[in-house]
Amino acid sequence: MSSLTIKDVYKSFGQVEVLKDISLDIESGEFLVLVGPSGCGKSTLLNLIAGLETVTRGEIFIGDQMVNQVSPKDRDIAMVFQTYALYPNMSVRKNISFGLEMRKIPKAEIDGIVKKVAGILQIEELLDRKPAQLSGGQRQRVAMGRALARNPSIFLFDEPLSNLDAKLRVEMRTEIKLLHQRLGVTTVYVTHDQIEAMTLADRIAIMKNGTIQQFDTPRNVYKDPANLFVAGFIGSPSMNFIPSKVVQVDGGQGIVLNVEGDRTYTLAVAPGNGGLAQWTDREVLLGVRPEHMSDSLPDLDEDASVHEIECKVTVVEPTGADTIVFVNINNVEVTCRVHPDSARKPGENMKLVTDMSRVFFFDPETGERI
Amino acid sequence: MAERSVVKAPRTPGVIAGRVFIYALLGIAAVYFLLPFFVMVITSFKTMEDIRTGTLISWPREISLEAWTEAWSSACIGVNCQGIRGYFINSVKMVVPAVFISTAFGAVNGYIFSKWRFKGSEVIFSMLLIGCFIPFQVILLPMARTLGALGIAQSISGLVMVHVIYGLAFTTLFFRNFYVSIPDDLVRAARIDGAGFFRIFWRIILPVSAPIIVVTVIWQTTQIWNDFLFGVVFSGGDSQPVTVALNNLVNTSTGVKKYNVDMAAAIIAALPTLLVYILAGKYFLRGLTAGSVKG
Repeated sequence: MSSLTIKDVYKSFGQVEVLKDISLDIESGEFLVLVGPSGCGKSTLLNLIAGLETVTRGEIFIGDQMVNQVSPKDRDIAMVFQTYALYPNMSVRKNISFGLEMRKIPKAEIDGIVKKVAGILQIEELLDRKPAQLSGGQRQRVAMGRALARNPSIFLFDEPLSNLDAKLRVEMRTEIKLLHQRLGVTTVYVTHDQIEAMTLADRIAIMKNGTIQQFDTPRNVYKDPANLFVAGFIGSPSMNFIPSKVVQVDGGQGIVLNVEGDRTYTLAVAPGNGGLAQWTDREVLLGVRPEHMSDSLPDLDEDASVHEIECKVTVVEPTGADTIVFVNINNVEVTCRVHPDSARKPGENMKLVTDMSRVFFFDPETGERI
Repeated sequence: MAERSVVKAPRTPGVIAGRVFIYALLGIAAVYFLLPFFVMVITSFKTMEDIRTGTLISWPREISLEAWTEAWSSACIGVNCQGIRGYFINSVKMVVPAVFISTAFGAVNGYIFSKWRFKGSEVIFSMLLIGCFIPFQVILLPMARTLGALGIAQSISGLVMVHVIYGLAFTTLFFRNFYVSIPDDLVRAARIDGAGFFRIFWRIILPVSAPIIVVTVIWQTTQIWNDFLFGVVFSGGDSQPVTVALNNLVNTSTGVKKYNVDMAAAIIAALPTLLVYILAGKYFLRGLTAGSVKG
């Protein structure tokens, strides 16, 4: 087990700068998830950690050792690939033992390790098969077995679940989490799926266009997103962004919401958002999560500032546990997560409550938090 | 393999007529291509008497192996009357190392150009590809000087070298295109597992290369065995390959023209390439298309 430190790392392929000023730092045993849309540089960053690519500028430390010039095999890492990358000509047993063989570990010891790993992942009966004879989920397990056998100080996962079907993906996700809890090995995990990121991570680094947008715990990136991109990326269904005007009301600022049917509400902004004063009479983006625009809000804080607005329902999408209701505010479609029993039919009016202490304001130009 | 369900077309007279036409056309084409070989085979089993009195395609009155033994061991090539056996062996001595070396180097080259790209590797690969289009005649003089300078002119080793160099462009292209379809992650995984350049090649890449090895070996064997120009230019009297000897045998102008011996010698000279195709032909087609479809 080792900590991992990435200091001011840049990476360019020719003229194209794919990573800019990346700095990350995780403790030994932590689970770091790199998440972002495709092309954001997250896989490149993982390859840099693995040593499969070299950094253009900056430094990477595993534990206390600077590994910029260290080859992948000497970094004490193991990696699970999206395509699994199982050696097609070797049996499962050979696949798992190959890395150990390369490290000249005695035969008897290798057999012991393979047996143990196969036990952990429940693939004992597959040991003599070839990868082509395995299902996707089984291949996934073997790929993890190969990494486990090495007992590395850092695990690297490159979108390991994206080739599995939805049900298996959820199962394997839990299994990876259990494995991490049990072994406590430092892990870096790349995914484009924000749910995977939220469920697995101790810390999330959200990336876009080669830069880190926010690096924090799952709880904080949800509760306190750094900018518009993070706010929209984390959470499902994703956050509503309503262009709205800031006005002066007694004792502070208010926000104007115009609901279909020409009802206008002015909602007083919670005292926490002091920065909004200089935006008076200008337009900002109001960010509200669907779960905070509902028929009722449980677990309200002391400083909650609850407002009620009545909107006309346009579309209703039941998902079982909740029902997603679409309404129209300030001419944009807004999704609201409500209790199935209180959802109204399309065309009817519905009372929705929102807590102004849980909303966010963003600069419509730069996307930064206000 | 899943069983294929065949949808049968209804048997209307039009369909049947179409079928008949197709099979007739295929039959005619087959006969057209096989006829020369058929004539060669029957002529080689005839006696000279038989050839003089019969027609080109008449069946031998008696099967005689005389022409074959003469072609193999006693026919006169120039002033040397020991048949084409020695030259056949020359060809084998030339083809086996030339095919082996060019295939081996091609595999390593292809591995580098697909999995270990470096700055400028695409440029070098493109330059190498030009080698596929250089006509034989162009390199005759420079190659002759090079072989002379190396002291291997007029020898089988010299011929091997020429064929290896000339074949590298093709073998590299074959292997490179095949290896491009092997996922890069495989190499990355092996690197992390601690395997180096040659270990990855030997343990992971080569074991899955069987189809392309077959293609390359067939291609190179056919090319090198059938080559005449390099053989006639770069070999001396004792090191001539069988193609050159066959030419000399047929063109020897003294005495009676023994068609049966010529035919037998020609079949002997063609036999190895024929065998290679019969034995490995299906892998050839399979290997040629492998890699063109990504799985």
